[in-house]
Amino acid sequence: MPEVTVDARGLQCPMPIIKLSQAISAATSGQLVELISTDRGSCTDVPAWTSDMGHVLKEQREENGEFHFLIQKA
Amino acid sequence: MTVPNLSAVPDEAPSAEQQPEREKMVIIAASGDLDKAWPVLILATTGAAYGMEVTVFFTFWGLGIIKKPDAGITGDDWRQKMLSVFNRGTTEHLGLSKLNFGGMGPKMMKDLADKHKVASVQELLELAQQMGVKLWPCQMTMTLMGMERDDLIDGLDVPAGAGAAISLMKQSTINLFI
Repeated sequence: MPEVTVDARGLQCPMPIIKLSQAISAATSGQLVELISTDRGSCTDVPAWTSDMGHVLKEQREENGEFHFLIQKA
Repeated sequence: MTVPNLSAVPDEAPSAEQQPEREKMVIIAASGDLDKAWPVLILATTGAAYGMEVTVFFTFWGLGIIKKPDAGITGDDWRQKMLSVFNRGTTEHLGLSKLNFGGMGPKMMKDLADKHKVASVQELLELAQQMGVKLWPCQMTMTLMGMERDDLIDGLDVPAGAGAAISLMKQSTINLFI
């Protein structure tokens, strides 16, 4: 289960990535952070950012037009 | 014989905040158009989210983006004053490079941005400052347009020139001219 959830629903680029980066910065190593976004661009932005930053994308799914991502901080 | 203690080896990649030397990104913001200021600040904040050390160098019309709302008419020369009247600057008064229609275009664009929850240029500028993006005003443009440091928003870096910009761009991974 995620310990932190970032609700970026309704927000557009670049805000989902900005909010995610802030939540990851505040998290501790190994912690799981969930991001929920409605911006379709997140589907490519979040995996790119996550792997570039050395974190792990544990899960990515679409549910009722919302995109859910589960990221584990490195 | 001692067995090396493998568990003592750090197994975590240091996070971006902890790295002593961060990757650099430089954006030259040379345009005072709304449709250029927006991508400048979107990319600057995203670069900061990538843990990069981001610097935005504001030059020529781009300097208007960081003009104080109450700067008023700037300069001593009548030509500088005219420039400041017809090119008011500040994040509030940026025009569109196309379809400006005397200010109707930007108004429609900002209404659409509101409707679709796209962060405004002003919001992104404040966010960039919170995220530690360095904002450099171009000294030569300030002199040319008769702008003083007080005519620009707070929290900027020291006004700089092309030499400092090139020196930084030489070490930078991403360099953009917008």
